[in-house]
Amino acid sequence: MQSRSIALESEHDIIIARGEVRAIAARLGFRLLDQTRLATVTSELARNVVKYALRGRMTAQPLDPAQGRAGLRLVFEDSGPGIPDVAAAMRDGFSTGRSLGKGLPGSKRLVDVFEIESEVGRGTRVTVVRWL
Amino acid sequence: MDGQTRIPILKVGRVLIVPIQVDMDDQTVIHLQDRILSELERTGARGVLIDISLLEMVDSFIGRVLSDIAAMARIMDARTVVVGMQPAVAITLVELGLELRGVDTVLNVDEGIRLLRSEFGIDDDEEDSPFGGGAGAFAEQVNRP
Ligand SMILES: Nc1ncnc2c1ncn2[C@@H]1O[C@H](COP(=O)(O)OP(=O)(O)OP(=O)(O)O)[C@@H](O)[C@H]1O
Ligand SMILES: [Mg+2]
Repeated sequence: MQSRSIALESEHDIIIARGEVRAIAARLGFRLLDQTRLATVTSELARNVVKYALRGRMTAQPLDPAQGRAGLRLVFEDSGPGIPDVAAAMRDGFSTGRSLGKGLPGSKRLVDVFEIESEVGRGTRVTVVRWL
Repeated sequence: MDGQTRIPILKVGRVLIVPIQVDMDDQTVIHLQDRILSELERTGARGVLIDISLLEMVDSFIGRVLSDIAAMARIMDARTVVVGMQPAVAITLVELGLELRGVDTVLNVDEGIRLLRSEFGIDDDEEDSPFGGGAGAFAEQVNRP
């Protein structure tokens, strides 16, 4: 299955992204609970992009079992302000947005692989994988 | 069409019933919160029953708004019950680390009504109550801009 890239520029794109991820996950054979986890992670990470960086994109990459292990990788990238202290941002309850601070740490709990790279002034990239 | 999706709010006796049947963008969620609170004020309803059985996902944003609705409804002397959360959604919420503070969750609308009625004492004596008499029950759609 091909990769799919979606622009994240408005709140409505968050809905499009999570719907698309759910559909791809279903097609790949993920069960309902994993579809829900992946859609929820997408909602959290896409919202962070729109809220803090204003725009960016998500790429959904089905992982081919012939090249290792079957699964779905999601990459959320932006050229926004970046995160000064990633370790702090990963803690439950940390928020600069007067919010719950659950998006990053919660998303990490919903996937098998979670990587975050961020540089102040350059942007942020979050990569997650859920194995099939 | 951000913010344009209309979620109906029905008034049945002293309960507002809110069936959420579409995936909502953030504006729609905030707008719904405002409408529920103004309907509580306008109608003096004592209970809010939010049916999320068709919601395929509850993220931290929607979760927070549900808690906020319950907290503000409480201030207005009304109780909030969320009904029909899908098991996969409930499990994901726990993993996300979200507890819906101040929100009671039950399996279906029947149980939701029963809870509002028995635990929270939303009385049967209202003339338009759906709980007591049957014949007098009606739903008033209170959708206004
Ligand atoms: N893409 C991003 N660009 C810049 N800063 C970000 C980005 N994503 C997250 N952050 C920063 O990391 C903090 C923690 O993010 P997280 O999603 O965990 O919580 P939140 O968005 O503040 O609250 P919640 O997601 O629970 O509503 C944010 O408050 C913000 O400061
Ligand atoms: Mg967030």
